[in-house]
Amino acid sequence: MNLMTARTGGLALLAVVITVAPVGFSNSYFYDVAVNAMFNAILCVGLNLLIGYAGQISLGHAGFFALGAYGSGILTERYGVPAIGALVLSAAVVGVLAFVVARPILKLKGHYLAMATLGIGIIIHIVLKTESGITGGPDGMSLGNFKMLGLTIKGDQMWYWVVGFLLVLAVWLSLNLIDSPVGRALRAVHGSEVGAEVVGVDTSSYKVLVFVVSAVFASVVGSLFAHKNGFITPDIASFFHSVELVTMVVLGGMASIYGALIGAVILTLLPQVLAAVEQYEAMILGAIMMGTMIFMPKGLLPSLLASLKRRGGGQ
Amino acid sequence: MFAAFLQYLFSGLTSGAIYALAGLGFAIIYNASHVINFAQGEFIMIGGMATATMVAAGVPIYLAIPLAMVASMLVGVAMEKFAVEPARNADVVTIIIITIGASIFLRGAAQIIWDKEFHSLPAFSGETPIAVLGATLMPQSLWVFGISAIVIALLWYFFNRTMFGKAMLGTSHNRLAAQLVGVAVKKVLLASFALSALLGAVGGIVVTPITFTNYEAGIMLGLKGFSAAVLGGLGNGTGAIVGGLIVGIAEAMASGYLSSAYKDAIAFIIILFVLFFMPSGLFGKRGTDRV
Amino acid sequence: MLLEISGLTSHYGRIQALKGIDVQVAEGELVALVGANGAGKTTLLRCISGVQPVTGGTIKFAGQDITKMGPEKRVGLGISQSPEGRQVFGPMSVEDNLRLGAYRRHGPDVKADMDRMYEMFPILHKKRELPAGTLSGGQQQMLAIARALMANPRVLLLDEPSMGLAPLLVAEIFRTIQALKDQGTTIFLVEQNAYAALAIADRGYVLETGAVVLTDQGSRLLNDDKVKEAYLGL
Repeated sequence: MNLMTARTGGLALLAVVITVAPVGFSNSYFYDVAVNAMFNAILCVGLNLLIGYAGQISLGHAGFFALGAYGSGILTERYGVPAIGALVLSAAVVGVLAFVVARPILKLKGHYLAMATLGIGIIIHIVLKTESGITGGPDGMSLGNFKMLGLTIKGDQMWYWVVGFLLVLAVWLSLNLIDSPVGRALRAVHGSEVGAEVVGVDTSSYKVLVFVVSAVFASVVGSLFAHKNGFITPDIASFFHSVELVTMVVLGGMASIYGALIGAVILTLLPQVLAAVEQYEAMILGAIMMGTMIFMPKGLLPSLLASLKRRGGGQ
Repeated sequence: MFAAFLQYLFSGLTSGAIYALAGLGFAIIYNASHVINFAQGEFIMIGGMATATMVAAGVPIYLAIPLAMVASMLVGVAMEKFAVEPARNADVVTIIIITIGASIFLRGAAQIIWDKEFHSLPAFSGETPIAVLGATLMPQSLWVFGISAIVIALLWYFFNRTMFGKAMLGTSHNRLAAQLVGVAVKKVLLASFALSALLGAVGGIVVTPITFTNYEAGIMLGLKGFSAAVLGGLGNGTGAIVGGLIVGIAEAMASGYLSSAYKDAIAFIIILFVLFFMPSGLFGKRGTDRV
Repeated sequence: MLLEISGLTSHYGRIQALKGIDVQVAEGELVALVGANGAGKTTLLRCISGVQPVTGGTIKFAGQDITKMGPEKRVGLGISQSPEGRQVFGPMSVEDNLRLGAYRRHGPDVKADMDRMYEMFPILHKKRELPAGTLSGGQQQMLAIARALMANPRVLLLDEPSMGLAPLLVAEIFRTIQALKDQGTTIFLVEQNAYAALAIADRGYVLETGAVVLTDQGSRLLNDDKVKEAYLGL
């Protein structure tokens, strides 16, 4: 089926791009930016499942990211848990937390859902800032490197290949999820929740599943980010960060995995590009958010594809 | 003991009044357009910052205040015209991102037009605290109560006794019917943003002598105002006022008796509580999903 | 000719609801538009009032082309509608509903007209301080019609005034409409209740899936075999 080859083709293209890109990296700064872009990309692929495919919104996902980061930090630094164990444990805790809040939250719609997720994200942010005994408070906390099976992941280059592999894995997982019966059920929910329920789809369970999966994605990325960065502050849980993540997903194109990827890359690179006009950065970001939503509400990738299709068809 | 309680109460009522005004701003825009305006807090910030910087530059305060109010209203109208109107039929996620984008944009602009510093205003009638049953009340708090009460009374009069106000109410109840009786709903939408911006600005101006202001002041104020609106029942004006006072008092009490570090969390805990247990708020109507 | 509609088309997305409608309403006439659910009757009225976009054709009112005119201005010109489902301003008082009906008018005549409405519909006077949403279906229908009349219209558009009402109330509504006609009001009446509508109409149109299939004098349509079979259950 055409769609399948397009998707696996996309995956192959992604792997190629990741493998070839470093040719253009002249120093470790490029690797660093690329790793951050890929972190955001994995996060967005997970968030896109929730926003784009299941049609639910979350304005608090940075909270899950931060919990993963701090979970790893606290477990490795204060309790000597090995890095991989800390990552898995944090992800499990975040998964459980997401599961617990998911059911009551996902009964809400639209604005109410947005506000509930926002509330959760901000509460996490405040707790991280306040419980300085455990978290180091606003001054943040440091972490050691990520060690696994005797191997230490150190330096931007190593991280690049590790995260690159994880990104391909994450995209592959998501593609499979979408094309599975679960994925079809999700799209039914997005299309019309009442309609889906009428034909017997257990909408709550699917929504909860996607919410938990996207939260776990965020937690895992958070843990890895913490180790790579070596240092984290509570601001990674901020409302602003959650907004950035949602914008990345929506910018690239909801219900489009590659769109979410592209959105992540663009918004990660933007501050670098805008470094020269740093004071205008907020205004430009805000303008981009408004502009894309007004003129290309379906996101960059779907809009581009649509206009290409039109030109091709009009021959 | 009682004196401490009274102290927290005064503090809570003062911030509560500002949340009430912000919540009303949310309610008015929501009623006219079903949009949750995440930039509401920025209207508050603009009121305070514009006034403070003008006064610091030598503009007499009785001139700076109306100018700041007008500036805020213009921003509100511009936002409606350029950011909200073009996205009239977009879905919830899109509109949420647009208003969040607007708030980020306005904060960025504030940073450039003014600066990142904290600014203040002299208290309107001096700083001599008033002793009330063992607690102290700042005169500026009385200004906050008084002006909020006047503004709310004027709003009540506007919506219930003027034709345009009734037209706005009618539009919020039934847009189609409003169009059919000849109400220009586009104007109603513009007016709702202008009005909310005005409300925000007034709140921002009157509270600046107490809390100072800076380009980021709008974030928390806006979100807490939203908490007030949700608590009262989204779209209900009385609810927003009551909600604001409750949030303010709850914050002050929690801060005084439990832990001041978690003061900011109170408003969001309230949001979650309301959304989980009574999503239509204290005064709201129960909605049903229409297929 | 007060209202002249030519070749009107309208779409909901890709679905074409009106496929080239020609309708005329002369001053003082009561013209009925009948047809089944989904035929496009409400769409046509919405186009005339300006709340439904038109994709082709023209609407002329008193000789003026109003096809592109905004809904508020059309009310000002004298086109007023009592919409399908009443659509009263529920939480607002009956009196406020009436006042809003006269939104585009000014001056002392408004008060006089309100008194006229209270005379015509005494129940509205009795309940004038109550929220419109607390009125019964039939009373809300009276209110919707009265509100539309408060605009002092040159043509009154009525969309399914008898919908959802008990037979006794239906009769009362139609008596009211007849009374308005006798007073000289130009009325364009859309109804599923074909019999009652055609019985009082000067002329009628039959609409089927977006197109006019039949038009004639009201009495002749009542006796037409096709109409009888399809719409009158005879």
